[in-house]
This record gives sequence, C-alpha cells and structure tokens, in this order.
Amino acid sequence: MHGLINRAVQCFLRDMYGPDLWLRVVQDAGLPFDSFEPMLRYDTSLTDGVIASAARILNRPREALLEDLGHYLVSHHNLEALRRLLRFGGVSFGDFLNSLEDLPGRGRLAVPDLNLPDLVLQDRGDQIYALSCRFALPGVGHVMLGLLRAMADDYGALVLLDHDGMVAGVEVISIHLADSSHTPGRRFDLAAPVG
Amino acid sequence: MDGTISDRVASLDRVALDWLMPMHLALSATGHITSAGSTLVKMLPGQRLIGRGIFDVFDLRRPGGVTTAEGLMARAGQRLLLHPKGCPDDGLRGVAMPMADGQGLLINLSFGIGVIDAVRRHALTEADFAATDLTVELLYLVEAKTAVMEELKGLNLRLQGAKIAAEEQALTDPLTGLRNRRAADLQLDLLFAGRRAFSVMQMDLDFFKAVNDSLGHAAGDHVLRAVARVLREQTRAEDCVARIGGDEFLIIFPGLSDPALLRQIANRIIGQISRPIGFEGQDCRVSASIGMGLSTQYVSPQSHRMLHDLDAALYAAKRAGREQAMMVDTSVQGAQGK
Repeated sequence: MHGLINRAVQCFLRDMYGPDLWLRVVQDAGLPFDSFEPMLRYDTSLTDGVIASAARILNRPREALLEDLGHYLVSHHNLEALRRLLRFGGVSFGDFLNSLEDLPGRGRLAVPDLNLPDLVLQDRGDQIYALSCRFALPGVGHVMLGLLRAMADDYGALVLLDHDGMVAGVEVISIHLADSSHTPGRRFDLAAPVG
Repeated sequence: MDGTISDRVASLDRVALDWLMPMHLALSATGHITSAGSTLVKMLPGQRLIGRGIFDVFDLRRPGGVTTAEGLMARAGQRLLLHPKGCPDDGLRGVAMPMADGQGLLINLSFGIGVIDAVRRHALTEADFAATDLTVELLYLVEAKTAVMEELKGLNLRLQGAKIAAEEQALTDPLTGLRNRRAADLQLDLLFAGRRAFSVMQMDLDFFKAVNDSLGHAAGDHVLRAVARVLREQTRAEDCVARIGGDEFLIIFPGLSDPALLRQIANRIIGQISRPIGFEGQDCRVSASIGMGLSTQYVSPQSHRMLHDLDAALYAAKRAGREQAMMVDTSVQGAQGK
C-alpha cells in the first residue's frame, strides 16, 4: 500500500483523535516505526492492522471509521490540496461522478506508483448511478461513501448514498443525485490560491 | 492551398464556432476582426474587438515583419506568436488558415506555457476552455506535482534531521557532551590541510585516578562533566574541545597564533580546574597538566609530528610537578624548529 494512503490514515487519526491516540494505534498495531513516510511503500497488512487497531481502541465499527476517513479526506483543511485535485474532476457533481473512473489514471499522473481503487460508474437513468469499487483494502467502499458525501457538500449537491455490500470482492455504492445545485457549495477557482 | 481547405467541409454559425474555439479570431480579407472567441473577449475587457484591425489589437511577434492581412495569409499554417496590446504578459500561440471563397482568415489561439498565470490573471474557468482543451488537466497536474514535491521536501527534511542527529552523535562524547576523538581528528585534518594558523592543547587531569578510586566512578564522572564545563567556558564556540580518552582532552584553537594568549588560556583553565569540585557533600580535588603548541612553530606542520611534540610537552609538565602548562619545545629532538 502506498505511503500516501497510509499517511492519510495516520493524519486522519491524528487530526481527528489526537497524537496520543495515534501513538496507541502504533503500539497496538505493532508498527516498527511511529510515522508512515508518504513517499515509501508498505505492506498492505500494516494498513489493515492500523485500521483494525484504531477501530478497536476507539470502539467504532470499522465501516463507520472508514466512512469518516473518506469524509475527512475532502473536508479537513489540512487536505485542501486533495480537495482541489478532486474538484478538477468536473464543474458539477455529475461531471465529478463521471470523472471517477479516471481517478486511478489521475493518481498515476501525479505519482506513477500510486494505486487507487478501480472504479466503474454505471448510469441507471433518472439520476441514479451505481459505483463499483475494487481495492486491496476491504471496506474501500465505505471510504468512497464518505468521500462522495463530502464532495456532494463541496459541490452543493443533494445526494442519497448507500453502501450495497460486497459481491465477489467488489463493493457497490448506489447514488441518487436528487439535486445538483441544492446549495451554492464551496468555491473552487481553477487558479490555485497564492501562498 | 491543399485540398481539404477548399473542400468547404465546415460552415458554422457564431455560437458553434465559439463553442469549438473559444479563442478564435475571424478576420475579413482586409484583416478586420469579424468574430472573436468569448475567452479572448474575457481576456481583453472593455475592448471592442469586432471591426478593428488585427494589428491594432495584437502585436505579431513571430513570424516577424508581417504587418498586413496579405502577409498573414501568406503565413497560413505557420505557428504564430501574438501578444495583445496592453497585455504584454499574455503570449498567445496560434495558427491562421484562409476561409473558403476569400472570406478572410480564421485564427485559432491558445495560451502557451504561461497558461497557469493567465488563468489566475483573467480568472478563467473550465467554461472558458474548449471541451477538448487539456488546460484543466495541465492545471491539475501542476497542483498534483506541487503537492508531491511538498511531501518529498518533508521527507528530505526529516532525513536531513536524522542525518544531522546521527552525525552529531557520532562526533560527541556522550558523558560530557564534548566532541570525541573522531571529531578532533577530523578538525585537525582540516586544519593541517589548510593554511590558517592554529594552536592545540593536550590536557591530562592530575589525581583523577585518586578521585575514582576513593569516591567511585560516579564522582569521577561528575568531575569529568565539571571539567568539560570549565573548558567550554574558557574557549570560543569555534574552538574544538574533545575528550579523547578517560581523563585526556584535546583543545584546538583555529586562528590562534599568539603564544602569550595561549599560555593565558591554559593558566585560566588550570586555575579553574584546580578548584575543589563538590560531589555529594565531598570535595573532589584534581588539577590539570597541559602540553601546548602552535602551528606557527613549524615550517610545515604535520599532524603526527605536532601530536608527538604535544605529548612530550605534556609529559614534561607532569614531570615538572603537574598543575602547569608547558609549551612545545622546538629545540628538543622531535620538534622541528623554524
């Protein structure tokens, strides 16, 4: 698992629950270091272990924790750069949905050895979509659910989301785009803010 | 012109043309603007473009020497570089092609490498670019690259910090925090290789063994730390103070070439060290003997020679009754006089 992903999990736990919780997770998961390096690669079992330890210590279901992680990736001010990169996906939430299949390609454009979930979007008509997610990390659908929820807020869209479970290693999320301009959403300028 | 142009495959209305090419300019045969793409209009606010001559609105930087519509027509298909007058920072690249039936020229423009700045300067949005334009992907890539570079910079800083800490550790005596022998050797190598004058003291504690034997190693360690404090106080930040053995110290003074000053420093150090050092209610009494020398005492200073002479001077100081400093004697065998 790429260090960027591990680092994201680490920053999520640290920013949301404090540095002490992170150190407890490090101990509980038996990590041989106290911080992931974002540009190195790690065995996926370490990522699994960190998530399992955090869920145990926080006494939260793994699915709920992963969904919070997805939400954090878009909404936390420390990760404004990531939110911006995602917003390059399209002018509206609908555009953004349709750009999701490009996500792994966009990731590799920036970091050639970065593996992101394989995503397939099915348009079922009447603003109903199904997003299939496949990744080395089980539960990635819940991360995507949280991420989509936060992106919908970002675009100002009103969206109903459901995790429909996993079949043959593929997690499916159903998406109902009820209103693509429910609120003005958050501002996005093509030009990056200076400084 | 080649066949495809005169075949007249496309005839577009204004809106369709603007949708396909939001940075186009259509020119009449006389070189007057008949249509301008919406992004160009946005770039040049307050300017009326329609009806004006192309050369009144733009400087054609390349190809040079073209000042008429006919000249532009003759350059059809060539790469153009234009700057809007009043926006010297916006270099636009483009290409011009004649329209059918002598209706003039169609020029399609795009931002060159300055696109990032142009997007900011003119507050452009995705709607300002053609659907086929990769500018937004380029902007994405620039931001992604910046984010990745930030991460790499962080990694490098952490590695650099770890490297400095490891190097520091490798050159430090853990008991006293002074430099160690390795650090002193490195410093001497540098000084012997250079031309700057320097002085060196080799110092041994007197009666240290007695403190160790009678009061224990904890007292001995305490004495060594107290001595280290004296040495740090009596030297400058650029001097190298090293513990090179149990109770042996080497002090290197880059730039010091005055024997009187060197002796003064040595006497101060000995005076300070000879004061009783309290440890758990007991007084530890040690003193110090010093052999010292200056690089200027040698025609061509060599490390092994000078260290040998320092050793001899230190031995002489001990033999003369301890608690004193002895200058390297260049007249005795071993020293190589000037």
